[in-house]
Amino acid sequence: MTIEIAPPNPAVSTGTSPTTGGGTSPTPATVQGLVCRGCGRPEEAGLQYVCPDCFGPLEVAYDLGAVRAAVDPSGLATRPAGVWRYRELLPVEPPARGLAVGGTALVRADRLGAALGVDGLLIKDDTRNPTLSFKDRAVAIATAKALALGLDALACASTGNLAGATAAAAAAAGLPAYVFVPADLEPAKIDHALAYGATVVPIDGTYDDVNRLCLEVADELGWGTVNVNLRPYYAEGSKTLAYEIAEALGWRLPDVIVAPIASGAMITRVARAIDELIELGWVAPHDVRFVGGQAAGCAPVATAYGDGTDTVVPVRTPDTIVRSLAIGNPADGGYALELARRTGGSIEAIDDATTADAIRAAARLEGVYTETAGGVTLGAVAAARRRGVIRPGDEVVALLTGNGLKTPDAVRFALPSSPATPGNPGLAPVLPARFSAFEGWLES
Amino acid sequence: MSQVRIPPVLRPSAGGQKLLDVPGSTVGEVLDALVAQYPDLGSRLFDDAGDINRFVNVFVNETDVRHLQVRETPVTERDTLLLLPAMAGG
Repeated sequence: MTIEIAPPNPAVSTGTSPTTGGGTSPTPATVQGLVCRGCGRPEEAGLQYVCPDCFGPLEVAYDLGAVRAAVDPSGLATRPAGVWRYRELLPVEPPARGLAVGGTALVRADRLGAALGVDGLLIKDDTRNPTLSFKDRAVAIATAKALALGLDALACASTGNLAGATAAAAAAAGLPAYVFVPADLEPAKIDHALAYGATVVPIDGTYDDVNRLCLEVADELGWGTVNVNLRPYYAEGSKTLAYEIAEALGWRLPDVIVAPIASGAMITRVARAIDELIELGWVAPHDVRFVGGQAAGCAPVATAYGDGTDTVVPVRTPDTIVRSLAIGNPADGGYALELARRTGGSIEAIDDATTADAIRAAARLEGVYTETAGGVTLGAVAAARRRGVIRPGDEVVALLTGNGLKTPDAVRFALPSSPATPGNPGLAPVLPARFSAFEGWLES
Repeated sequence: MSQVRIPPVLRPSAGGQKLLDVPGSTVGEVLDALVAQYPDLGSRLFDDAGDINRFVNVFVNETDVRHLQVRETPVTERDTLLLLPAMAGG
């Protein structure tokens, strides 16, 4: 049987976008609007993403008094799990339909912690989201805003995880999706986006080339590019990681949070969410140290941290198996750097072999299979412990932000290619379908 | 004259123009000439020290000038300068 599926909206407009001074939509009563992170200029909560005065990024401003009046932790407890559980702290009302995003487990990882030299390791297992990465959180919020604004299509520039997340969210919303990726991206990630019906546009260049093109596309066409002109809303989705962690701990904060850094947006939003929780009085004030992990082959923020400078110098040609973190020119890198220094944390550069080792360790010791960014995060846990940023007795939360099925090649990286021997992990040689053959191998 | 592509957010400060021909033999000279013609752009393109604003990425053709010689990057009439917000996230 053949099932014919019509494209969601084949006649996509390519008209001029209302990128600045654009349309607005009803916003929650707890949202005051947008504000420039550079100069503080307020803007309406529309499709604006850049300050017209100083070119700085816009972010959402909340009336936390209104949040406090609307809900408290006991009120949240009766709501379904997922990102919209915290809707008063998000910039748009929940859509009528969408994917079931968030509500992922915070699990104790004592065996992995012992291997990494950490006493109290917890894993925020975001490998379990609908498209197997934390990007579903950000895209859920961006898509809700795109629908509220009546946009024609979704788009994104992606290192891979965002491709699948955007494609799936667009499919659920009935919007077409245009996904721009580096042409040499892992095939599994491209196929993932294709499965949801997205138009995947491979670009001959690095992620930063793709991003530059998408900035122009977002500026000139009438599409909602989730990580460009919807970025103020998109970035807010990552805050739900922090809300879920605090709630899972009984509304308190851990000592250390370790996260991967690509653009730097996620770790800075997690920190902002913690500030909000403290200001709301939902958690007791507690100093949380933030540790970021980057792949050594694309580590502009870690390099600046190590050099003691404030300037994040872009990496022109990333060289790493960690494609999901291969952003050479991280827009929020300076903010992530400042966050790590201010909180007594660090930014660690992790080589690919260590990343692959960490992926295998998490899978074998805890049954959690993470993609390469998760391997970097776990490598950063061990590095920060060696540096003394993580101390004995600390409660440490590591954010594992994507599933290992997205980067299957990594699990064999830097391993000998010889067949496994009995009693050892690895791929055994092909054997005849005879018990005697298997028995012979067992005794070899 | 190099061509300078103006992003929508800056067009109100550049006479509504999308594409401008601007004289100069380096990126710095072109940007200075652009600001001389449209003074409102000055506070948007440069910081107080006169360096390129950290929120602005400048490209010559497809290459970020920080990978070249920043303000001293030579340009010719065959080159296009692109001004974009510093923004990325994968």
